[in-house]
Amino acid sequence: MSSVATDNPPTADLLRTGIRRTRKFANYGTGGGIVLAFLLALVPLVWLLYTVIKRGYAVIVKSQWWTHSQRSITFRDSSGGAYHAMLGTAEQVLMCTVISVPIAVMVGIYLVEYVRGPIAKATSFMVDILSGIPSIVAALFVYAVFITTLGGHRQGFYIALALVMLMVPTVVRATEEMLRLVPNELREASYALGVPKWRTVMRVVVPTAFSGIVTGIMLGISRVAGETAPLLVLVGYSPNINNNLFSGPQGSLPGMMYDQVGQLGNVRYHYATDRMWGTALTLIFIILVLNVVARLIGRSSKVRS
Amino acid sequence: MTDRNDDDGPPAPVPDVVSGPGMSGPVGGVDTAAIAGAAMPSRNARRGDRIFAGLATGSGIFVIALVALVAAFLLQKAIPAIAHDKVNFLTSRTWEVDSKPLKFGIADLLWVTVISSVLAMIIALPVSVGIALFITQYAPRRLARPVASAIDLLAAIPSIVYGVWGIYVLAPQLSQLRDGFVTALGWFPLFGKTAVDDGTIFIGTIVLTIMILPIMTALNREVFERTPTDHIEGAWALGATRWEMIRMTVLPHGRAGVISGSMLGLGRALGETIAVTLILSTLGNGSKWSWSIFNGGETFASRIANNAAEFNEPSKTGAFIAAGLVLFLLTFAVNAVARIVINRSRRY
Repeated sequence: MSSVATDNPPTADLLRTGIRRTRKFANYGTGGGIVLAFLLALVPLVWLLYTVIKRGYAVIVKSQWWTHSQRSITFRDSSGGAYHAMLGTAEQVLMCTVISVPIAVMVGIYLVEYVRGPIAKATSFMVDILSGIPSIVAALFVYAVFITTLGGHRQGFYIALALVMLMVPTVVRATEEMLRLVPNELREASYALGVPKWRTVMRVVVPTAFSGIVTGIMLGISRVAGETAPLLVLVGYSPNINNNLFSGPQGSLPGMMYDQVGQLGNVRYHYATDRMWGTALTLIFIILVLNVVARLIGRSSKVRS
Repeated sequence: MTDRNDDDGPPAPVPDVVSGPGMSGPVGGVDTAAIAGAAMPSRNARRGDRIFAGLATGSGIFVIALVALVAAFLLQKAIPAIAHDKVNFLTSRTWEVDSKPLKFGIADLLWVTVISSVLAMIIALPVSVGIALFITQYAPRRLARPVASAIDLLAAIPSIVYGVWGIYVLAPQLSQLRDGFVTALGWFPLFGKTAVDDGTIFIGTIVLTIMILPIMTALNREVFERTPTDHIEGAWALGATRWEMIRMTVLPHGRAGVISGSMLGLGRALGETIAVTLILSTLGNGSKWSWSIFNGGETFASRIANNAAEFNEPSKTGAFIAAGLVLFLLTFAVNAVARIVINRSRRY
């Protein structure tokens, strides 16, 4: 009953060839299922983005959203902005980046450029473990060290420290991947000119992989910018502008969102709901911009896989 | 490579052998002194190399130490609390930490955490395999890239947004589905009727499923793409249909990757905090036990998050840190298994 399709690409025309019906059904059935799985995954994405944009749009197009804080604004008031939250998020994430990037890039260099041994293997394994640590556990760890043991008070800086633990693995993996793509000839050429290894790494290898590493950093930032769990443990939320990372409660975008959720109780007013979706849209917008920029930088990379 | 002198000390040209890792001494016929002068004097070079190697190794050791410190500090804070616990930590369901003596147990936290995460993984598994197959085997190349980006986009949405969407938008839409389940399958303990309305484990599971899809899909894609072309062409040559080709080559080849991807997804789901905190309705202390996924409850992470604002006193905080320690051990085990499986499969 079976014949072979000769000049057609494989399975292009199962209807014409005499393939047994059960096989044909299995093929089209699973093919349909697979396309369905993909469409199924798009439903929440589209639905969620649609909801956030539709319900958050009206709030964030007002100019005071970008210039004012939530100082003395209650669920009965419609005005106010998210400036304090954006400022807090920017400070916390920037501090986190400043701490994470040198460590993570050095770990990446260590894993790629230096001799593989038991320590390197253990490091690689621990980077994987670190990337799987829940953010709430990272927050509890920072709490146990800095607040319980060292007696510190809740502050924005501790958020940055908890975020470091989440950002480092992302940047390590990106750095590692990019450094591995740098052709060995470049290293050898540099050595042949008598350039020592550390300068070869810093002046030849890292610059070649630079844009890829930047992409990794941006993706790391977009991973930590929306983290909410550490905020609950490590810093109080403040509706006022607090630009001091090292003292007092500080607002941030996810923190503001959580705060607005807490104000939803009174159903006669919709202002808190509006602000909640507005904050969500602001957060998604910022993260998506970071993602797109990261991918554009990645595309201009000198090394390619 | 010009010498910009960022080392301390003047460059002292040393004409003898410039050696370092990866170098094979002076090359015949080349003015080594000139090169050494132009590039880097060897003593400084060696010191620079040593410092740099030290920094790199130090960073590596820092990562190892960090994970060890997490375990050490959580243990240090959790053990005294568990020692003062008047009920069995693992089997009790009470949680009374505001007054002495402390009484806290994690039985219901463990159940809610594990059932929501495992169900999310089970649902996400076929879907993520399907999407990965669609991207690698079905979609034309021009379509594959945007599709992959769309799925990655799911990973870029912050979990608090998923939480808010899940409880305020998704849950009301799924209440009929829940009622249908309860009516048709209510005799089965997992689908039993409860008093909880929207904030059920069921909604939590659905949202977790969506959240772990991207990471599972990414790993599946990676392994499916690496199926040897020989195997695929061999299957075509035997007259296989597309599905038969996938069943014969892509799926067996990717099995280890799919398993470890599922474990990574499970690890994410176990530790997800804020989405679950927003979705699940907390139950009062001493509420009636139910196996139903249409019940509310708390996971390890959400119990910590719900009470985080009231951490003030060491023994009380210790109880929550003990819950965090169990969560850490769970995710550690799941992630370790995932990595071991994938690393073993990469070896060949």
